[in-house]
Amino acid sequence: MAVEAPNRLNEQIAGLDALEIQTERKRGVLQLFWGRLWPMLLAVAIVLAIWEGVVRAGFWPEYVFAGPITSLQELGNRLGTAEFWHAIATTMRRGLSGFALAILVGVLIGAAVSRVRLLRAAFGSLITGLQTMPSIAWFPLAILLFGLTESAITFVVVIGAAPSIANGLISGVDYTPPILLRAGHVLGLRRLALYRHLILPASLPSFLAGLKQGWAFAWRSLMAGEILVIIANQPSLGEQLHYARELADSARLLATMIVILVIGVLVDVLFGVADSALRQRWGLDQRIG
Amino acid sequence: MTAPAQELGSGRSEGDTPAVRLDAVSKVYGRGPSSLLALDQVSLEAAQGEFVCLLGASGCGKSTMLNLVAGLDRPTAGTIETGGRKIAMMFQEPALFPWLTVSGNVELALRVQGLDRKARRARAAELLDVVHLGGFARKRPHELSGGMRQRVSLARALAQQADLLLMDEPFGALDAMTRDLLHDELERIWRERNLAVLFVTHNVREAVRLGDRVVLLSSRPGKVIEDYSVKLDRPRRTESRDVAELAGGITERLKEEVRRHGR
Ligand SMILES: Nc1ncnc2c1ncn2[C@@H]1O[C@H](COP(=O)(O)OP(=O)(O)O)[C@@H](O)[C@H]1O
Ligand SMILES: [Mg+2]
Repeated sequence: MAVEAPNRLNEQIAGLDALEIQTERKRGVLQLFWGRLWPMLLAVAIVLAIWEGVVRAGFWPEYVFAGPITSLQELGNRLGTAEFWHAIATTMRRGLSGFALAILVGVLIGAAVSRVRLLRAAFGSLITGLQTMPSIAWFPLAILLFGLTESAITFVVVIGAAPSIANGLISGVDYTPPILLRAGHVLGLRRLALYRHLILPASLPSFLAGLKQGWAFAWRSLMAGEILVIIANQPSLGEQLHYARELADSARLLATMIVILVIGVLVDVLFGVADSALRQRWGLDQRIG
Repeated sequence: MTAPAQELGSGRSEGDTPAVRLDAVSKVYGRGPSSLLALDQVSLEAAQGEFVCLLGASGCGKSTMLNLVAGLDRPTAGTIETGGRKIAMMFQEPALFPWLTVSGNVELALRVQGLDRKARRARAAELLDVVHLGGFARKRPHELSGGMRQRVSLARALAQQADLLLMDEPFGALDAMTRDLLHDELERIWRERNLAVLFVTHNVREAVRLGDRVVLLSSRPGKVIEDYSVKLDRPRRTESRDVAELAGGITERLKEEVRRHGR
């Protein structure tokens, strides 16, 4: 029945800990970024090859469906003009400000609906329903309400993105692990403190997924809006598409589409990086095998 | 842990108000024909400074009982008094918050008590030292092993400055060696702080190793059927003859109770 000396005990504990703890290498943000980028570059190369193949097959004449080389050359030229950069800037400004507004609206609605049972019963399924509504269907109403103005576009961007953001928050709150809620209760977290220190952080992964989906909807709505609502002396990517079609300038059309795609992909990569970083911090990224 | 202390555990329940007192507590889950009587008129007391182990087959209402004491649920009938004592609880899972560091988890418990940032840091560091995790303050919970997480959870519970510590099979998922070490730690902390502990387990030897009393619960409905007082000297060893002998007797009684359900 010998009692172990304290320092032997300490050593034993430290030894067990050292054996059990997993030595883990941390990946930097740059590595995460690169890890996601190179498969995309590979995909781009494949797509370009297929594109070139289709053009060479000769289903359409070259002036209707330009090949990748012509289009990329046109893209190079366009990137040298101030107008094109102006267009990109306008579109990004609209996209970001609309998305920011959508976050505000989505968070307010999500917070209210997840807290108040009556609101949940009334609006819960409506929000999901709104998500399935094609954003282009809102434009006639938006144009009636706001005219051919920037507000009409913003309106549709917000209404397209906000439901996803709200839903992300709501499901995050709903799926807060019960064991953590119990632990929080025992710790004495109540009401506002409970939200601040437990429920909101716990819903972060789901909220992030909502943001990502919200951005996708916002971006689509924005493009639809810019093609429909053309404002004089306001070049934008959608407007560029519109005029390229009117002028039957296939290379210019495809060059603009490439820019739209690239912006969409880059933002998606940003969300992906944020998501991976979160998973790594929380230890949700342990793969099996 | 130096010289073996004599008879510190038992004989502590001097007359004053108990740390926790359950009086004819019943708990029914659900309603109508599918309702389940989980606890049936359970009465139990534990004095301040007393270590009480609750023992029973799984499903006999041990967790239910702790949840009621912790205020996570309400009894259907009966009363629970804790005399306004602060209550901390440890679960079978560590239940740490993955978005906080090890230190952050402990600090959150201190934050609720209104300590400022600097005081929280310092206090959390002290508490992590108590559970031998001083070097892991900046780690995330998922970077630690199961036993280490459970120690963080213990540090977090200690941070609450509670008088009553509820533990629901806290070491059930750990290997024997780690569990032995944690028993020693827990015993030391319990004595230093004069805590009242309600410790749930289905491991008879663990109950005898730790408890001043071992309370045996029957299954469906949960009822107190025996209340053993463990008079063995501390510190005890799980593998010692005395512990094994007493555990043997209690196990027989437990088996008898379980067999009753087979008939
Ligand atoms: N929230 C609940 N709803 C319905 N039944 C429950 C609930 N919690 C526990 N029970 C039932 O009550 C009984 C006692 O459960 P529990 O207290 O968890 O037992 P133990 O911790 O001793 O294993 C079990 O039969 C269990 O199925
Ligand atoms: Mg249980």
